[in-house]
Amino acid sequence: MDQPNTRNSNADPVLAQAAEWLNEGRRVALATVTRTWGSAPRRAGSHMAIAANGDFSGSVSGGCIEGAVIETALDVIESGEPRTMEFGVTNEMAWEVGLACGGRVHLFVEPVAG
Amino acid sequence: MRAAILRRLVEAQKAGRDVLLATRLTDGVQELIEARNAPRRLSLDAAQVGDALRTGESGMVETPEGAVFLRPYIRAPRIIVVGAVHIAQALVAIAPTAGFRVTVLDPREGFATAERFPGAVLLRQWPDEAMATLQLDARTAVVALTHDPKIDDPALVAALQSDAFYVGALGSRKTQGARRERLGALGFTATDLDRVHGPIGLPIGARTPEEIAVAVLAEVIVALRL
Repeated sequence: MDQPNTRNSNADPVLAQAAEWLNEGRRVALATVTRTWGSAPRRAGSHMAIAANGDFSGSVSGGCIEGAVIETALDVIESGEPRTMEFGVTNEMAWEVGLACGGRVHLFVEPVAG
Repeated sequence: MRAAILRRLVEAQKAGRDVLLATRLTDGVQELIEARNAPRRLSLDAAQVGDALRTGESGMVETPEGAVFLRPYIRAPRIIVVGAVHIAQALVAIAPTAGFRVTVLDPREGFATAERFPGAVLLRQWPDEAMATLQLDARTAVVALTHDPKIDDPALVAALQSDAFYVGALGSRKTQGARRERLGALGFTATDLDRVHGPIGLPIGARTPEEIAVAVLAEVIVALRL
């Protein structure tokens, strides 16, 4: 009964997860989509919470940039300073992280602490 | 983000209070604003904050000290299901996954039981009584599934008198025609009655109660988003 009740409540499950990690004494960063252009898969306001061991919850794209966001989030947890990130269409450098869908997104990645 | 802000945010959401988080992206300074309060810290325009809280849409605004991201957290849209029937069970199972809150109401003995609807908000009341307390608004959908005019009709009357973003009723075209006549006789205009989606659900060839629930949920999403 716990699960459906939780889902029927208003709490964003990603934020609830971040709060739970903090309560367990784990260090956490929060990534948020702040702006999108074109066919970006996740709307502005979408969250992804990242714990210091790389566990994460939620998404900020269709899965193409989450790896890079986790790396930045780990830096942000270490430094304690927020960062902005920008991803666009993948260019000719095939190994570069980008959005195959042709959209562009801006992200804000911040430590959650104190 | 300070941990205290995150905790307040989660608390507000659990309590069903609408709040907005404003973040200045240049330095990460934040303000959590309750819907009933005016913004204080970040040189924000109260009208812009109000708009974001009304629509639920996030966005950037410019302030003298730099760009600020507004992220409203408003209550999830709600589906009121009239009739604790088989389709309702399937709808209660899938709608929360798509981000909807669900309330099921049915006055009949043995229908709206916790055993049949684990975890759902259940009301064993007649619709005219229940709808008066449910405060139907523009983020509410009403889905009538009983096939019984004694139960469906008063629910539809309440829905049509509200700003509900979606009103739907189960039943064949013939049933819909008869319903239209009954509701028309109560004084509803053709424009009012056109708000009732019926036969209910997007035409996906649904046959089972579960498939019909998918069709209904899809139609509700169309009404919310398009």
